[in-house]
Amino acid sequence: MADGGATGGAMLLEVQDLHTHFHTRAGVVKAVDGISFDVPAGGSLGIVGESGSGKTVTSLSIMRLIEPPGFVASGRILFRGRDMVGLSEREIRGIRGNQICLVFQDPMTALNPVYTVGTQVAEALLAHQDLDRKAVRERVVELFRLVGIPAPERRFDEYPHKLSGGMRQRVTIAMALANEPQLLILDEPTTALDVTIQAQILDLVRELRHRVNTAVLLITHDIGVVTELCEQVVVMYGGRIMERGSVAQVTADPKHPYTQGLLASMPTRAVRGQRLAAIGGAVPNPLRMPAGCPFRPRCGQAMNVCVTDPGLRNPGDGRSVACWLY
Amino acid sequence: MRTAADLVAAPKPVDVIIDDAALPPAHGALWRALRHRSLVAGLFICLVLAVLVFALPMLMSSVDLNAQDPMATFAPPSAEHLMGTDAFGRDLLSRVVYGGRTTILASICIVFLGGVFGTTLGLIAGYFGGITGFVIMRLIDLLLAFPGILLALAVSAVLGPGLVNGVIAIAIILVPVYARLVAGATTEVRHLPYVDAAVTLGSGSWRIILRHVLPNVSPGIIVLTTTWLGVAALWIAALGFIGLGVQPPTPEWGVILNDGQNYITLAWWITVFPGIFLAMFVIGVNLIGDGLRDELDPTLVRH
Repeated sequence: MADGGATGGAMLLEVQDLHTHFHTRAGVVKAVDGISFDVPAGGSLGIVGESGSGKTVTSLSIMRLIEPPGFVASGRILFRGRDMVGLSEREIRGIRGNQICLVFQDPMTALNPVYTVGTQVAEALLAHQDLDRKAVRERVVELFRLVGIPAPERRFDEYPHKLSGGMRQRVTIAMALANEPQLLILDEPTTALDVTIQAQILDLVRELRHRVNTAVLLITHDIGVVTELCEQVVVMYGGRIMERGSVAQVTADPKHPYTQGLLASMPTRAVRGQRLAAIGGAVPNPLRMPAGCPFRPRCGQAMNVCVTDPGLRNPGDGRSVACWLY
Repeated sequence: MRTAADLVAAPKPVDVIIDDAALPPAHGALWRALRHRSLVAGLFICLVLAVLVFALPMLMSSVDLNAQDPMATFAPPSAEHLMGTDAFGRDLLSRVVYGGRTTILASICIVFLGGVFGTTLGLIAGYFGGITGFVIMRLIDLLLAFPGILLALAVSAVLGPGLVNGVIAIAIILVPVYARLVAGATTEVRHLPYVDAAVTLGSGSWRIILRHVLPNVSPGIIVLTTTWLGVAALWIAALGFIGLGVQPPTPEWGVILNDGQNYITLAWWITVFPGIFLAMFVIGVNLIGDGLRDELDPTLVRH
């Protein structure tokens, strides 16, 4: 698969200058404040950021699941060239679960306890296709086999509480893949799982990507997961993009001080015997974002010019960095 | 219980599938429920009542409920009249048995009507929220602000006396009770991940409400229904007692009680027997409700 997918021509998903705001009693929270990125068909992009960086709001905006008091203030979300923002509820329902699917963070709660797992995957199928009962069952068993659930015929009639976390996450992935979506959004798919199961699920997603040829948008706070799974990466902070580029470039040579801090704080990169690096300070209050670069108060290389917005700058190797250093 | 496929990518699988064998031996939900004492007691009481009220009349089909016997007024319980007779010499046993039918069926109708309307309103208010939810819930608050029995009195006074009007009046009181409970439970369930998941799968709102929300709020509805079945019986009897519900000579527990109250020092049986039956019914359904509350705890759902 071509690195970056830029060769593919038409983009599957284009997010252009997206602003998603929330009206609160204390003022307007700009959860997503002008971000742009593309996901090519069959490609993969990771969005990395801390809690409150706006990564989940971005994925919900794409699914059109932002509810009041939140709203998409401006920007365009083009999926196969059509703007998701302007679609009717009916049209969006035809896309949700059919062309764009979301896998949730916690498989323990993402399945309804009162139905068998087979029934729930079947429901995902029937929401968009007309199939008879026998065909549905066959297709669900096939999906279970695809996601590596052992004895899929028997698992069909099991209730979620009988399955382990890893198995349940496989079920939610099977649900998401039921209608062969072109875009699979994974929102922290491994955060709620044990470390060993995390590796299994990541392997599964990587394998499935090539088998069913779906594009992947991965939302995570763990840059390590992105390097495992994605070609492109977007680093978010305070609702903005700090750095955007290919995973290879960004991990090998991070440009933005925030990206550098994130990578330095990865335990796998730490030197034995040395204290693990951490980024000092905390994410700023979203109601009182600092002027200019949101990372300025925590940045070791902050300059006077940082009080004005740097915008996305091009350090010359095809990626974008929101920093006055470049 | 592990197969090779279970070991997909990990050298040491920790993905354990908990099977029935790993759980303590359970003999099905029914059997477990039957170990619940108050549930069993309540079921027993209601079963006895059901047999008395619904099966017994088949054996005494020839009895004329309103047959008066001027020669045998206020006859105390005897072999001929097991519960004695009333002021008109009517056989009290057959009147209590037939009256039970009226009272019990009326209370079932009440909780059914109130439950269906209340649950629907509650689901709409809880699921959609916003302006719709606000308006519905404020109307519900308005209804709840009245003391229940007073509202029932007012409504049946407006509609006029009679069994059907009494049922409607009490059902109206139940609507806000159900709506409150269901709306609360619905807002709780509304943003559970599996409901969000159903939204992301492209299911429509009503499909989600019926498939995902309703089953998860139903334990509360079932418990509420059993508790209010008893209250409904008391209230329909109360309406009958004060003359706004069932009209004499149709037998109904409340009406019979009312008939007997004037003669309570003279003929205790006229008030005591229907009173005992009414109390038994209320206690029975309340015991069932208590038991179900324990058994249907949604955190313990096992199939």
